Amino acid sequence: MNYLKSSIGRKQLMGLTGLLWCGFVLSHMVGNMLIFMGPDAYNKYSHALITNPLLLLAEGALVVTLLVHIFYGLKLKFENQVARHTRYAMPTNGEKAARAHSKFMAFHGTLILVFIVYHLVTFKYGTHYVTNVDGVEMRDLHRLIIEVFQSPGYVAWYVLCLIGLGFHLSHGFYSAFASLGFYHPKYSAWLNQLGYVYAFVVAAGFISQPLYVFLFARAQ
Amino acid sequence: MGGTSQRNINLKLKVWRQKGANQQGHFEEYDAKGISTDASFLEMLDVVNQRLIKEGRDPISFDHDCREGICGSCSMVINGNPHGSERSTATCQLHMRKFNDGETVVIEPFRAKAFPVIKDLSVDRSALDQIIASGGYISVNTGNAPDANGLPVAKVDADQAFNAATCIGCGACVAACVNGSAMLFVGAKVAHLGLLPQGQPERNERVLAMMDKMQELGFGNCSNTGACAVSCPKDISFENIARMNREYAKASIKKRS
Ligand code: FES
Repeated sequence: MNYLKSSIGRKQLMGLTGLLWCGFVLSHMVGNMLIFMGPDAYNKYSHALITNPLLLLAEGALVVTLLVHIFYGLKLKFENQVARHTRYAMPTNGEKAARAHSKFMAFHGTLILVFIVYHLVTFKYGTHYVTNVDGVEMRDLHRLIIEVFQSPGYVAWYVLCLIGLGFHLSHGFYSAFASLGFYHPKYSAWLNQLGYVYAFVVAAGFISQPLYVFLFARAQ
Repeated sequence: MGGTSQRNINLKLKVWRQKGANQQGHFEEYDAKGISTDASFLEMLDVVNQRLIKEGRDPISFDHDCREGICGSCSMVINGNPHGSERSTATCQLHMRKFNDGETVVIEPFRAKAFPVIKDLSVDRSALDQIIASGGYISVNTGNAPDANGLPVAKVDADQAFNAATCIGCGACVAACVNGSAMLFVGAKVAHLGLLPQGQPERNERVLAMMDKMQELGFGNCSNTGACAVSCPKDISFENIARMNREYAKASIKKRS
């Protein structure tokens, strides 16, 4: 059977594309932390990204890997639903329960997809304010963010989606390594813990940003 | 354990009844009265069936054979867990002292598309045999029995191969899996043979053939939920799945066609 049609091959593609996104969301979260440093630092950072010709390449890679992740994710999910077409009166429980959140990956995944699209529309393709930092004209993304996060509804939705992302990563990180064959009694427990820490740091880091803006930052 | 702690308990059973593979199933309630806490789960079902037979009703069908945890026949899901909630225990080894007086116990067949129901709790697990037949063997001519130490095997490999070889093919991993996947079963056999010198010549073909067969038979795709390994009455490690993922990728690169 063709590797890309095989059960394991497709799982490994899910894992590889997932890990690439794991790296991206971490760097995105860390970069966005500049919101705490004020408008100039934030705008300079975003300007440096926007004007970097390599950005297009990175964006292309992210879109392609995301599409692969979604395509195979859905395909596997549908196949799995057929493979377990009848349901038990109770799920596995107690010591025999499945890993937390592992059964809801398609659910969080869908939520995250909607979030990504909506958040691109709001920010990347949102109002184009212009500012001047150190004599350089650049996009005032900081102002847009401050404005958007004044809305309690938007902040609530944002936080909800990021909690979903945290759950997705809490299983996804570990699962990607397992699918790629990484498991050894020496490090697998540690890898599992690292997955939870990673998911928490990414979700909590992202969540801190809109909360900070909503509670403390006001447009000048 | 045994001893003098024996008591009798009464239970309410909610049992899945289904006449055949293509029939609609449903739950039926039964009283299991005066069950000794020293009885096994299967003996409790025997008591209930005796009464059903006496009353001229259809007894509950379930599979069993060795009743000592080695044949893997006694497949059923008890309160949501394959072989009940005790770890490292097959249904036939599950004692009624693990249940409380007055408790309601829900009993269902293993559910997976690849395991069609034959009747009630009895399911057809021959798909697992088909997976084994596709590559879970060694076909080299081994000749006479070799000297005991003629073929050195490292202790860690021997131990891991042995852990994998203890699989009794009960299918609990498939039943526990929300995806109806047989990865732990296949992974155990791939590890068992792949870790030993005799299994080397067919190592690559084996993992490819067995996985393809698993997929073809309608088992689902693993999502690393881990429910299989914790549900395994023989404690087959989840490591076997990750090892097979590695083996499969390697074999896919090496294969020549
Ligand atoms: S009857 Fe043989 S394992 Fe339970």
